[in-house]
Amino acid sequence: MNLMMLLEMAAEGLGDRVAVGSLDDGLTYRELYDRAHGAANRYRAAGVESAVVCAESSPALPIALFGSAWAGIPYVPLNYRLPADDLLALAERAGSAVAIADESNLERLGGLPGVSSVSAEAFSADPAAGTDEHASPGDWNMDPDDLAVLLFTSGTTGSPKSAVLRHKHLVSYILGSVEFMGAGEDEATLVSVPPYHIAGVASMLSSVYAGRRIVQLPRFDPEVWIDTVEREGVTHAMVVPTMLTRIVDALDARGGAPMLGIRALSYGGGKMPRPVIERALDLFPITNFVNAYGLTETSSTISLLGPDDHRVAQYSDDPIEQQRLASVGRPLPGVEVQVRDDDGAVLGPGEVGEIFVRGGQVAGEYREKGSLLDADGWFPTRDGGFVDDDGYLFIQGRNDDVIIRGGENMSPGEIEDVAISHPGVRDAAAIGVPCREWGEKVVLLIVADGDAPDPDELDDLIRERLRSSRVPSHVEVVDELPYNETGKLLRRVLREQFAHLGDDPTD
Amino acid sequence: MVELKPGARFQSTACSTEVIVVKGAGEVDLTCGGAPMVASGSGEISGSPSDDAAGGTQLGKRYGNADETIELLATKAGDGSLAADGGALEIAQAKPLPASD
Repeated sequence: MNLMMLLEMAAEGLGDRVAVGSLDDGLTYRELYDRAHGAANRYRAAGVESAVVCAESSPALPIALFGSAWAGIPYVPLNYRLPADDLLALAERAGSAVAIADESNLERLGGLPGVSSVSAEAFSADPAAGTDEHASPGDWNMDPDDLAVLLFTSGTTGSPKSAVLRHKHLVSYILGSVEFMGAGEDEATLVSVPPYHIAGVASMLSSVYAGRRIVQLPRFDPEVWIDTVEREGVTHAMVVPTMLTRIVDALDARGGAPMLGIRALSYGGGKMPRPVIERALDLFPITNFVNAYGLTETSSTISLLGPDDHRVAQYSDDPIEQQRLASVGRPLPGVEVQVRDDDGAVLGPGEVGEIFVRGGQVAGEYREKGSLLDADGWFPTRDGGFVDDDGYLFIQGRNDDVIIRGGENMSPGEIEDVAISHPGVRDAAAIGVPCREWGEKVVLLIVADGDAPDPDELDDLIRERLRSSRVPSHVEVVDELPYNETGKLLRRVLREQFAHLGDDPTD
Repeated sequence: MVELKPGARFQSTACSTEVIVVKGAGEVDLTCGGAPMVASGSGEISGSPSDDAAGGTQLGKRYGNADETIELLATKAGDGSLAADGGALEIAQAKPLPASD
């Protein structure tokens, strides 16, 4: 198996359709195939270990992704926004490389031993590409265990690890979740997630296999996003929660007129604030919403909440159906999910534990630590949560974020969900802060929606819905919560910022 | 007879069809156009599909047997139709999932 197989099929089935870019001057699938061949020749001639990309989204990225697969070296996208020292440290771990770099990083990366850097424009415009006949036989390696992509995980805790994705994992994900040529000729997807995020990689693969044109938005801005949707005839998009929040605010600022052109909008990457998704359902009244849950280590999506569940939740009076909006839906057909307790025992519906997953797309491997799969192929996600009676999966945050108060484990997610259900709360974060008496105490940070609610009201609400041990010792109103660019709440930052409350003598 | 396992690739010897195994295990008499299929890259196309096996394959479609133990994905289309151990492989109905990334 090789990722090139996906592009080869698209070039054969839809050769003249535009794969990436605008309808009038974008690259067709056949052109993308030819450019990938040119890129493969470039990588082979250089004899490098890695295909590094340290640049904003552009057509150079899918060319490099497929070209590296053709040449048999891993595609290694780096976060071009990192400070120079951090960036160089990561780039060194990729070994010898051809590195596509933005102007600010061209010299920096090119100075590393064994690394030659090239701009995205020069890489895409390789005159060697395009001269090969389309029929040039694919001489890529078909070993399913070959490395396809190395991704540095976002590292909300500690130093980044490099997740290993092999051809078999990514191909398995695409074959299991995307219908070949399933997209209509008029469909286009707007990609605004960072290219060094798993969703950025997966979107290139799934769009190519589906035959859906890729429109790239290099720097997310809600106004530009809305304008691009209209100008490019975008029908599909994937966003992270912070993006949707800003899009919703921008649409409201424009008068709240509904957007009807977007047929499908998927979101994931972090916890979506309930008021945002509810408002989005109103502003995109006929759009199919999809909440996707996945990890870098699982080749993107493993579970999704589909369009029907969203609309049922929007219009239902049934609390169970409404609550599903907080779930990530059901696992993909090729993925199995188990919830286990601390001793490894498999838990039943409604019981909270650690989520384990298994399937052909589950890689669960790091360069530094090797495979984390157990003997039966199960991968511990480090995410806590439960499965309800109907098989819907609810995620309650990272296990590393569990608050342990007086020996009792509690998930920040359950406290946050209750807090956000208060009409005066727009967003909330519960954290554990070290203290002498309890080991950790609960601190609740809220972003007010209008006037800040009375903390006593929140305490009562939490006591009533959960139990008294979950009632926060402190409720603090903040202007905003710190998220990384893919929408993950940076609890570490909050724990540091509010550590002083730990042994507050006024308790 | 060929050995099926997910990811294995086979080509027809009677037409241009090529497939990749999505699901399946063990020894199977795999044919296309009435002629045995062989590992991709290991055979030549000779002859043409027999009349009773000339329904053709379509690029990107999945083909499965009745008891759903075998599923093949056509990576190249051709004029022959697929069979395993004498039983025709039919187009498997795709279970469409909404786009998620």
